[in-house]
Amino acid sequence: MHKLFIRSFVSSLVFLFTLTVAAVAKDVKAAFVYIGPTGDHGWTYQHDVGRKAVEAAGFKTTYVEGVPESADAERVLRQLANSGHDVIFTTSFGYMNPTNKVAKEFPNVKFEHATGYKREHPNVATYAARFYEGRAILGTIAGSMTKSNVIGYVASFPIPEVIRGINSFTLAAQKVNPNIKTKIVWAFTWYDPGKEAEAAKALIDQGADIIAQHTDSTAIVQIAEKAGVYAFGQASDMDKFAPKAVLTSVENNWGPYYVERVKAVANGTWNQKDTWHGIGDGMVVISDLDPSIPSNVRSKVKKLQADLASGKVHAFTGPIYDQKGNLMVAEGKTADDGMLAGMMTYVKGVEGDIPK
Amino acid sequence: MIIDVNFVGLIIASIMASAVPLILASCGELITERSGVLNLGVEGMMIIGAISGFALMTVTGSLIIAVFGAMLAGVLISTIFAFLTQTLITNHVATGLALTIFGIGISAMIGKNFVGIPGKEFPIIFEGLKDTIPLLSPILFGHSIVFYFAFALPFITSYFLKKTKIGLIVRAVGDSPESASNQGINVKLVRYACILYGGAMCGLAGAYLSMIYTPQWIENMTGGRGWIALALVVFSTWNPIKILIGAMIFGGLTIIQFHMQAIGVRIPVQFLTALPYIVTIIVLVVISRDSRKIRLSTPSSLGKSFYKDN
Repeated sequence: MHKLFIRSFVSSLVFLFTLTVAAVAKDVKAAFVYIGPTGDHGWTYQHDVGRKAVEAAGFKTTYVEGVPESADAERVLRQLANSGHDVIFTTSFGYMNPTNKVAKEFPNVKFEHATGYKREHPNVATYAARFYEGRAILGTIAGSMTKSNVIGYVASFPIPEVIRGINSFTLAAQKVNPNIKTKIVWAFTWYDPGKEAEAAKALIDQGADIIAQHTDSTAIVQIAEKAGVYAFGQASDMDKFAPKAVLTSVENNWGPYYVERVKAVANGTWNQKDTWHGIGDGMVVISDLDPSIPSNVRSKVKKLQADLASGKVHAFTGPIYDQKGNLMVAEGKTADDGMLAGMMTYVKGVEGDIPK
Repeated sequence: MIIDVNFVGLIIASIMASAVPLILASCGELITERSGVLNLGVEGMMIIGAISGFALMTVTGSLIIAVFGAMLAGVLISTIFAFLTQTLITNHVATGLALTIFGIGISAMIGKNFVGIPGKEFPIIFEGLKDTIPLLSPILFGHSIVFYFAFALPFITSYFLKKTKIGLIVRAVGDSPESASNQGINVKLVRYACILYGGAMCGLAGAYLSMIYTPQWIENMTGGRGWIALALVVFSTWNPIKILIGAMIFGGLTIIQFHMQAIGVRIPVQFLTALPYIVTIIVLVVISRDSRKIRLSTPSSLGKSFYKDN
């Protein structure tokens, strides 16, 4: 009896072990940690589109949404790492320290942190997109199409990512039209349709005939449609929300990167690196141009897009001056990534001050 | 920049449009509170109204069904609150907070399939008269029917409370449920009705946001307006006409702030965002210094459960 018990116990253990090994060898599981709800139709929504691409490529995925950038993030990460996930994508800047901390405890799990710069352990990689390249395209279109020479820009929070976008947009617009003025309104929110609409309305009432946005909801393009002015979509193609107003959108396209990295984990070729991809690598996508854009502008845009993709043109090519007229980037030089990552001053031609 | 009368008219019109959801929700909550019930679930009822209106508009294609459906959804969710606080005699504050959390959660769940769908255009009226009178035209004409209803509502509410018999009953129930009950008034029934009415108005306020103001569905799209509406009821010292003024001030702060930014005036944005709440606290401090004023304006039994009636 005793012997029988031990034998069955051992055999079941062996059986269980084989099962586990088989499960581990068979599929790679990826987890995604989101700052907002997947229903925001903006930042988190686009990451979730990327996750679905990973799923479509045949991998198992899980996600946790609405995770605060606090000690909660550590708890969530630890739980995901403990429950058999091989790679974890943390998709907000504030997860930087929690990601590195938990990565130390789980050396066999790969961590991918979006928009950060800390890679303290060999199993942490970082990635971000050069959205400012897309904004250079928008600036070119806006500078060519404005009649009032006043361009409105609804911004979210005064951080380098947003200021870089404003600068890139303004520099490109000035290149095609030296008379333009960029009026900035800070909404201090990433998505609050009501507030964003009010900010856009204020800019339109003050004479802006093109509105750009660095907030996530579709309220701004809808207000532009009602008021009969032009606008640009953010994060995803917003054309269907305002078919007449939207000239084009800058789309965040994380899918290809996510699939590539999860495949690398599966093949055992994953390595630590810092990725900052732009139009050339397809992480930043320009939606179809609206038919109302005249052909001469269209060809200018296509050329710039090709040159940005090939690296022939950099969105921040000197001479670039700040608002006070101090030289930021010398003639013929381009801004390096360090300068771009910490950009906290407006270039010449942007109106107003950066709020503190 | 030239400031002309039409520009001022446009600003006032934007302020009024932003005040609409605040007026609707506050006037609804005011009736609820006047009957002695404190419902902190305004934000939750608004967000339920927002998703219900948007979902019904998308599914049925009918704006009328959507607007009334949103109000009905507000009524349904407030029925839960009424049942808990009136029949099961739970604590008003805790139940109201739970209602808000519940509303935000369930709206997100229903809303999953409605993200990224453009809304339908809501018809506006008197559009042809938009350029006839300087200054006044943009204020008076070219708005949705809900807009006009919202600006009539404080006056209707005021008339209802002061001049009608049912209004008197509501006030009596709120001030002294025991006396009202002794007079043969069914306190529970009156409070049920007032809670359900508050739910309908909050539902309409939410539908205004998702169907008219910014026609789309996004999670949490009410963005704390329910809390401002609650603050507004206190700010108004339970007077519907003052709600109108308060909603214009609260709604106007954001819009004036954006205009000042666009002109290039440097102002601390964070301070202006906090201003509605600061103003409410100041009003609370001012009225609480005068005990007679408190007794006259605050419904005496506000937030207290009533057991005796059956």
